[in-house]
Amino acid sequence: MPWLALLKPGDWLIIGLGALLVGLSFPLFWQGGLGERAIVRQNGQIVANLDLRSKRQLSVPGPLGSTLIAIEPGRARVVADPGPRQYCVRQGWLMRPGEIAICAPNRVSLQISGRTKVYDSLSY
Amino acid sequence: MTPSVIEFKISSEDRRVAWLATAAVGLSLVDAAIPSPLPGVKPGLANIVTLIVLIRYGWTTAAWVSGLRVLAGSLLLGYFLAPGFFLSLAGTVCSLATLGLVRHLPGRWFGPVSLSIFAAFAHIGGQLLLARVWLIPHDGVFLLTPVFSAAALVFGTINGVIATKLLTDLPPHPELPSRA
Repeated sequence: MPWLALLKPGDWLIIGLGALLVGLSFPLFWQGGLGERAIVRQNGQIVANLDLRSKRQLSVPGPLGSTLIAIEPGRARVVADPGPRQYCVRQGWLMRPGEIAICAPNRVSLQISGRTKVYDSLSY
Repeated sequence: MTPSVIEFKISSEDRRVAWLATAAVGLSLVDAAIPSPLPGVKPGLANIVTLIVLIRYGWTTAAWVSGLRVLAGSLLLGYFLAPGFFLSLAGTVCSLATLGLVRHLPGRWFGPVSLSIFAAFAHIGGQLLLARVWLIPHDGVFLLTPVFSAAALVFGTINGVIATKLLTDLPPHPELPSRA
């Protein structure tokens, strides 16, 4: 092949590295897609199902007080919660489908959902 | 009384840039005529000219040629100052900056194919970043990254091979003497 003679050893290296990068980018960018909606539950009941495209805040009442949830384009988080340990607040921003912040004492949860449903775990 | 006359001195360097930019503009028109399954996935044939110019005449000439190509190409295809123009400009600026760095790679090991692949990745990277910051402020744009980077690798390699072939086969044009 006369065309292959035009490539230098380093070129092959760069092509290989490029192919590796491309191969790695598929699972990295396509796993479950991006978060599209935020589902807020209180006591197991869905109280809000919000689009992750606009910016807004939401206050959910519970047995201990109200949990404050913030929605921003592409992400959502629990801003404030009356619970003692603040686990759900410290989880920070959630953006991938399947991610969830649970404020158990106040019985509020915030979950991100995408176009495709992802599993928490699989067993065979 | 004669009005004062402003005279532009046209150097051989100016002529060279003009000729090469013309070739690049011609190839961008060919590029635009090729149907593409996804907007943004294009062969980028004009980059063959950029590569040859970079290797034969240096980075400054290459920057002039691609800058003029983006400007004249967008005027001819009718997207001057439209979003596509800025995407094209962002990609070109990023790939020129990258070429400025990677052209110092040892030439014994790395040929134009390597430069072409780096430039193609930088081009698509610049475009995606501008699109994310300005046109679609949502991380959803990055979902296209795998497709775009695969196209960058394939077309970058092909363009690099064509540039290498042309560099070995074509002697410098008599009217466009090489600086080296």
